Amino acid sequence: MATSVVDHAPASHHEPHTGIWSWITTVDHKRIGILYGVTAFIFFLLGGIEALIMRIQLMKPDNTFVSPELFNSLFTMHGTTMIFLGVMPLSAMFFNYFIPLQIGARDVAFPRLNAFSYWVFLLGGLFINFSFLINAAPNAGWFGYANLTSNQYSPGLNTDFWVLGLQILGVASMAAAINFFVTIVNMRAPGMKMLRMPMFVWMSFITQILLLLAFPVITIALVFLMMDRHFATHFFLPEGGGDPILWQHLFWIFGHPEVYILILPSFGIVSEILPVFSRKPLFGYTAMVFSGAFIAFLGFGVWSHHMFSTGMGPFADAFFSLSTMLIAVPTGVKIFNWIGTMWGGSLQLKTPMLFAIGMVAQFIVGGLSGVMHSVPPADLQQTDTYFIVAHFHYVLFGGAIFGLTAGAYYWFPKMFGRMLDDKMGKLHFWMMFLGFNITFFPMHFLGLNGMPRRVYTYPGDLNFEFWNQVQTWGSLLLGVSFLVFIYNMWKASRRPADAPADPWRGATLEWLIPSPPQEFNFADVPPVHSATPAWDLRRAGGGTLPEPQRVSGAGIHMPRPSYWPAVTAVGVLVTIGSILFTHAFSQWYFITLTGAAILIYGIYRWAYEPAF
Amino acid sequence: MSDAAAHAIEHPTTTGIDSRKVAIWTLIGSECLLFASLISTYLVYKGKSLVGPLPHTESQCMLHGKMQACEPIFSIPLVTFGTAVLLFSSFFVVLALYGAQKGNRKMLITWLSATVVCGLFFIGMQVYEFSHFYHEGLGYTTNLFASTFYTLTGFHGSHVTVGVIWLATLLVMAIRGKLPAGKSLNLEIAALYWHFVDVVWIVIFPVVYLMR
Repeated sequence: MATSVVDHAPASHHEPHTGIWSWITTVDHKRIGILYGVTAFIFFLLGGIEALIMRIQLMKPDNTFVSPELFNSLFTMHGTTMIFLGVMPLSAMFFNYFIPLQIGARDVAFPRLNAFSYWVFLLGGLFINFSFLINAAPNAGWFGYANLTSNQYSPGLNTDFWVLGLQILGVASMAAAINFFVTIVNMRAPGMKMLRMPMFVWMSFITQILLLLAFPVITIALVFLMMDRHFATHFFLPEGGGDPILWQHLFWIFGHPEVYILILPSFGIVSEILPVFSRKPLFGYTAMVFSGAFIAFLGFGVWSHHMFSTGMGPFADAFFSLSTMLIAVPTGVKIFNWIGTMWGGSLQLKTPMLFAIGMVAQFIVGGLSGVMHSVPPADLQQTDTYFIVAHFHYVLFGGAIFGLTAGAYYWFPKMFGRMLDDKMGKLHFWMMFLGFNITFFPMHFLGLNGMPRRVYTYPGDLNFEFWNQVQTWGSLLLGVSFLVFIYNMWKASRRPADAPADPWRGATLEWLIPSPPQEFNFADVPPVHSATPAWDLRRAGGGTLPEPQRVSGAGIHMPRPSYWPAVTAVGVLVTIGSILFTHAFSQWYFITLTGAAILIYGIYRWAYEPAF
Repeated sequence: MSDAAAHAIEHPTTTGIDSRKVAIWTLIGSECLLFASLISTYLVYKGKSLVGPLPHTESQCMLHGKMQACEPIFSIPLVTFGTAVLLFSSFFVVLALYGAQKGNRKMLITWLSATVVCGLFFIGMQVYEFSHFYHEGLGYTTNLFASTFYTLTGFHGSHVTVGVIWLATLLVMAIRGKLPAGKSLNLEIAALYWHFVDVVWIVIFPVVYLMR
């Protein structure tokens, strides 16, 4: 708000580039992207370890490796972690780092709000995982169905950590969604019309819209649940006239768009990689844009397919069944366009490409089993069995995680100026591909044979043991594949930064600047005349692009660092987290007021601090 | 500090609209779903309360430790007046913005003050209404009507409160002469939020108070 010429020194004047303080105060979208990436990857590994513990428990019948109570916490925290602390923030890493680069901007629209989102996300993630340390980890499932979450069935702080933690994470998601939405609407380079945006930017844009419209609903549902647990209301409690099914409706009105929030960024990444490694433009660009938008639109009209077993009646069943099947149409358009992109191209099977093709292949499997349980009679057989677990891991692991990993290999040289080793990358791919399919494909059989999910063990005489053992070995292979990935990154970090600006001969703007980019991204914003501006320039240069040189940033004005976003994030944490203490002592609201004071003070200091 | 200089460093945007203005519209779009969830829940639970007091009909309710007949709880005239005040505040903030854009500080301060006073009156009306209901036996947890009503109108009231604090901050800036015509966008953004809060009330008022 208060900007002045005096405050407006060149970037290098007030940005210390090293030290922890520079990371706490940074407002650079690239550094925030790296913070998101590192934090989310650690949470992702944590969620993976939770999964492996469950796999070890299920390796043989009547196993006692973990207690039933711990198993409940493990599947709850595995789901919650992977969705809110793994896949979403890993997508946010790419949003942060690459949306501004791909649209030719110097930063996001609101750099400090971006930092705020990260700090709230970090604190929310730590808050929810802190519960493990006091032996009160959430244990009512990532879906938190009423009345499992009532005080009667969930005494203790477990569910409170989940409710309040998700509320904190929601603040981060909302702030980020507004920021990226405005960035894409308003910060594009001259010439970059909406229908010239890279497909990753398009899918990210649609994801932000989904976030903006879906998160308020879970916010309200969580407020109701918090009131039920702490302030004696009966929103979801039948003894006061409340209806537990209302929770399911509110949750899935959020929850179904949420699955597209998880997958669409991955769709976007794969749509970037396939053309570059097929040496062909994306097939059916416009159809890809509109099918993505159509998927998102339909995503708000299918939520009750998660609830067929609640007995909604034939009309609702028919409606939600048909709308669910309809989503297969735009999804099919995307898959055929990806295949059409590769068709007749000169394919280069480098690591990012392998992960991208793996994503497409596995997403088809998950998509098809999804259509299977859009049919209510079939769904009633599949509900709460491992068939469902197989389905959503094929879309969320086989789809989202494979796509994100493809993106990691594709963009790692741009982010860190170092190539990842391609041989090790291919080893990672084949281990992950095999491990994934060995782990999750047999779940289809187990599910159809009636093995229920979320149950900590099974008796020996049901013939579940063989496939469970196979799955556990597969999951260990999957786990080890990530060690290869980590080793690959570690090895790369030991090498000098020597990656060229454009190692893949990419089509989009981020490949026109040095790797890693300078703080201001573009010294001069390049012209955009099509959806593949880097290819245009390469063609104009007779097939080659000059290696861009690092230039002095003098005269380029970048936002100044600020610690007020981090302070404000602490305010959010304390304000929301204070509700934990309502049952513990009667003056709990002093903590709330302290948090609110920090929050308001932070907002005011932030608002009156010069942005530049 | 000269405003021309402050503007010179602002980067042009793709749409030509200031990013903060796009952001507030984005927030408003998102908030629609927040209130839609609250209003839907109110409607889903309408008529599902197990005991009184009820909004429009006589009922049996627990008061002073014994079950007794209670009157309908709503006082429509009071809320109608509060509604009118809130709607006028939307008009006043438009006049304040006009004053800010024209650099007419007196007009800006006068009408912005009027807006803040109206907002404060509305909050006062709600506090009075809530405490009156409480004394009539309608606590937050008395029945589903109470919980959904207080949560919905409480969320709206807290939005009004945020708006009043925001506008009052701008009023202080205006009085100190720190809201010149070149910075009227600061007020315009707050005004957009304020209009939204009013529009939500235009939905809540008939749905909650008038619809039987």
